[in-house]
Amino acid sequence: MSKNLFDKIWDLHSVTTLPTGQTQLFIGLHLVHEVTSPQAFAMLEELNMSVLCPDRTFATVDHIVPTEVQTRPFKDALAEKMIQTLDKNTRKHGIKFFSLESGEQGIIHVIGPEMGLTQPGMTIACGDSHTSTHGAFGAISFGIGTTQIRDALATQTLAITKPKVRKVQVNGSIKAPVSAKDIALYLISKLGVNGGIGYAYEFAGSAIEALDMEGRMTLCNMSIEGGARMGYINPDDVTANYLKGKRYSPKGVDWDKMTAFWEDIASAADAKYDDVIEFNGEDIEPMVTWGINPGQALPVTAKLPTLDSVPSDERQTTEQAYQHMLLEAGQAVDGISIDVAFIGSCTNGRISDLREAARIAQGHHIANHVKAIIVPGSMAVQRQAEAEGLDKIFTQAGFQWRNAGCSMCLAMNPDKLEGNQISASSSNRNFIGRQGSPSGRTLLMSPAMVAAAAIKGHVTDVRNFATQA
Amino acid sequence: MTQTDRNRIHVAGSCIPLPGNNIDTDRIIPARFMKCVTFEGLEAYAFYDERFNDDGSEKEFPMNDPRFKGGSIFLVNKNFGCGSSREHAPQAMARFGMKAIIGESFAEIFLGNCVSLGIPAVTADAEAIVALSQAVEASPALEVQIDLDEKVVRYSDLIVVIDIPEAARQSLIEGTWDSTAQLYANLEQINACIEALPYL
Repeated sequence: MSKNLFDKIWDLHSVTTLPTGQTQLFIGLHLVHEVTSPQAFAMLEELNMSVLCPDRTFATVDHIVPTEVQTRPFKDALAEKMIQTLDKNTRKHGIKFFSLESGEQGIIHVIGPEMGLTQPGMTIACGDSHTSTHGAFGAISFGIGTTQIRDALATQTLAITKPKVRKVQVNGSIKAPVSAKDIALYLISKLGVNGGIGYAYEFAGSAIEALDMEGRMTLCNMSIEGGARMGYINPDDVTANYLKGKRYSPKGVDWDKMTAFWEDIASAADAKYDDVIEFNGEDIEPMVTWGINPGQALPVTAKLPTLDSVPSDERQTTEQAYQHMLLEAGQAVDGISIDVAFIGSCTNGRISDLREAARIAQGHHIANHVKAIIVPGSMAVQRQAEAEGLDKIFTQAGFQWRNAGCSMCLAMNPDKLEGNQISASSSNRNFIGRQGSPSGRTLLMSPAMVAAAAIKGHVTDVRNFATQA
Repeated sequence: MTQTDRNRIHVAGSCIPLPGNNIDTDRIIPARFMKCVTFEGLEAYAFYDERFNDDGSEKEFPMNDPRFKGGSIFLVNKNFGCGSSREHAPQAMARFGMKAIIGESFAEIFLGNCVSLGIPAVTADAEAIVALSQAVEASPALEVQIDLDEKVVRYSDLIVVIDIPEAARQSLIEGTWDSTAQLYANLEQINACIEALPYL
């Protein structure tokens, strides 16, 4: 049997086998942001070391950026200190910094792909668990801790154990407005939030191949929510067409050479996997999380589970979910009232996400009691959306149109839930307290579902939503 | 081997049980406390929203429970440390006093972060965790010993088999969990790898 993409990239980037049995893996692209890197740079300096490959290291600021007033210095002195520290560290070590002033800032997992930095066949690491996003291009891409960032800065390599590879095949097709986000939530609900521990997921099958690059990024982004540190999709024409002409994409003769490499790196048809599991795209409906982890997701047509219907080792989490969410067993998902709507994040803050949300919002107005914000994933996405007039559609519908950043996905900036507000959110985590209020509540869903919920004031099946477009 | 190193592979202490599956790193350290450029002082925010009410008064929580005060071994269940890769999570717990952690399973990045800090994160089966938790509840000062050489936990007269990825065990035993120097020593091979990569 032949090799899968994961094995091929792993072999290509293996520097040596360490005495512990781990691989010393070369990192082709190291992405850096303000939250997890300052301590790593400080450790590097304590060791009196420099950055080994500054030209393979790129930084931006995303987590702490305010999305309303961005005048410097920021009102929040701690946030200002973090951005200044990143600015100082990147200058000192000769690292390219996509700063607010550059006009190129954005969520690290949005700008890497849109600049063509992310390419098939690479190894990519970043001090951020959603680094799995870049696997959409057929790369081995994963999140690391701060001590490992230090290693990546100092040596451009990491000590890491090779995971097993599970092929997650979704056959058939999904029918719009069912989207990549629904596939992601469906798979996590089936495979469990810890089902992927020790695995890299290869997403394959006709329903996956039919996704555009942004949909593929959404799916790979959420691999980590299913416990898989890495998820990837084999590169194909969709991948190459997306990358063509991007700022850091190969050009001229290099383009031909690299596209040939990308073809070679894809999993062979008879490739070997540690595990294969299959699903049918037709079974996937618009999904909504109702609990406190992304695995607690249900089709919008379902009712919340009773305690005795969940496996015994999930009962404690289920009970805790009911307590926190102030929802009841047997209650229908469709109709759960919301206070806040958030569209954005590294999961769903790209232009296609905003187009889809605008298609729903057009000609409607958000419910009176709802606060709704749209946060583009990058300044480039923001410019594109404004050029298409999407911002006008949103503001006319009562949504607030903000500047780029991570925003209310994790609320390290001023965008937060208050008290026990409940949000419909296109982000990736519904953990207790995730959106900035310890008693705040989060319902994860696709951007189209969030837009529809904002208009109705409650969760609603977007398939039945009458659009005016 | 120094005494400090030996203490990493033979951890002894009392326990703090933190029951529940899928305890994520947002709960271990809420994102609003990551607005910092050092890890110093993070112990104050470990499990902040579980430990404190809005007015700063203490909630009922194992880490506030005087019976478990001074505990250095955390006892947890399944998929502990899932979610965000933030090293702030094990850093906050370590600064609170964590010397080791025993659980049913750990999220991969969290486990890697623990090992990078020289903290053994070991697993045991669900029944063993239940039995140990019950013993700790009954007798909070109970001394528990983790032995990475033998891959066992000992308490009272009992011996429980534990597991830890072999590479993690080796790096803790050999004192190579702090990996930068070891990785940098292979600079020649790193350069050879770069040379062979088609995209560089």
